[in-house]
Amino acid sequence: MIGGHDLGGKHGLGPIDPEPESEEPLFHADWERRVFALTLATGMLGQWNIDESRHARERQHPVDYLKQSYYENWLVGLEKLLDEKHLLEGAEEQQESLRIPDAAGAEKILASGGPTQMSNTAPARFGIGDKVTVQKRQGSGHTRVPAYVQGASGEIVDHYGTHVFPDANAEGEHRGEHLYSVRFDGELLWGNESQGQAVFIDLWEPYLEPAK
Amino acid sequence: MSHDHDHTEPPSDLELRVKALESLLLEKGLVNPDALNTIIETYEHKVGPRNGAHVVAKAWTDPAFKQALLTDASSAVADLGYMGRQGEHLTVVENTASVHNLVVCTLCSCYPWTMLGLPPVWYKSAPYRARAVSEPRSVLAEFGTALPESTDIQVWDSTSEMRYLVLPMQPAETEDWNEAQLQALVSRNSMIGVELARPATALDQVDNDS
Repeated sequence: MIGGHDLGGKHGLGPIDPEPESEEPLFHADWERRVFALTLATGMLGQWNIDESRHARERQHPVDYLKQSYYENWLVGLEKLLDEKHLLEGAEEQQESLRIPDAAGAEKILASGGPTQMSNTAPARFGIGDKVTVQKRQGSGHTRVPAYVQGASGEIVDHYGTHVFPDANAEGEHRGEHLYSVRFDGELLWGNESQGQAVFIDLWEPYLEPAK
Repeated sequence: MSHDHDHTEPPSDLELRVKALESLLLEKGLVNPDALNTIIETYEHKVGPRNGAHVVAKAWTDPAFKQALLTDASSAVADLGYMGRQGEHLTVVENTASVHNLVVCTLCSCYPWTMLGLPPVWYKSAPYRARAVSEPRSVLAEFGTALPESTDIQVWDSTSEMRYLVLPMQPAETEDWNEAQLQALVSRNSMIGVELARPATALDQVDNDS
């Protein structure tokens, strides 16, 4: 979906106004700290994956998404997931079957992470040096192909192997696809006024076709 | 301290909403309070940009490590004990006199947690996410960073679970410095690519501050 979250190349959003690195606190209010911890802790229940979680934040009116602060969008996403997965009103037996990590369990999960690389016997369709064109994708589902690169052509510069495909994963289907690093000329994306020489974007094989 | 952003003073209904949600989750037994504390403790005190600074300073002083880092960063940093959430797959991109790299996530806030901890507010902000890909020089200027016109700027949009860390250029006149001294020059922002590493003259300043 091309929602309020898909921001690459948008105008009119104002200055960045960064806080000096040495002065910036990790959280700017206690409720942010709580939302962060609750989001990670409930994520550890295994009832949704990272792509469902991202999609829950993205499925908002763009005005709301842009007006709300970062952790407010996390809160909206968390409330949505808890509701859609019926986790709060679920039957007792459903909740008894859940494994609720304690401190040691949480520490272990954070330390091990969740690698997305998968094994795959299907041959890669593209190789390093191949010219590819990004397909137009206008579906309302989750995707990781930014709007600004749709329809553009670039060159494969790396093959990262097979990784969980976010578009399917957000729908609950755990499937791997070849993942590439693709280089796009700055001028091709942004015209003569491009300030950068290149943008590198990670794109999964189903997003790509041989360059026209 | 921090200047005023609107999110620093949330409406009280937001605070109440979060409190209500936490109470409900605790009451239903869906989260363990000790686990919540551990999660916060991990990112407030254990996982942060010192990890990345260690890796960068080591790369500056150890050519074999640098080569390993640029070839397979995930394995190279895992050998130093750095692995975990939002750092499962890592690529390190090297700044040189002719190429400068900048990292962004235009779609959300992907960031190498195992190397840098949680991202700063500006990295997650709409203006940075919008502008880093299209007008990186203007973005760098907002951080006080001016590069020669002859320097190519390459922007990495983190759209997959691959995380990117910039290996900044080693500051001039630090060739005989040891790893610990060099670490003090590696700012978080230099590893995102919005700034250069601190100059050698900054070390006195760092010493005075600490």
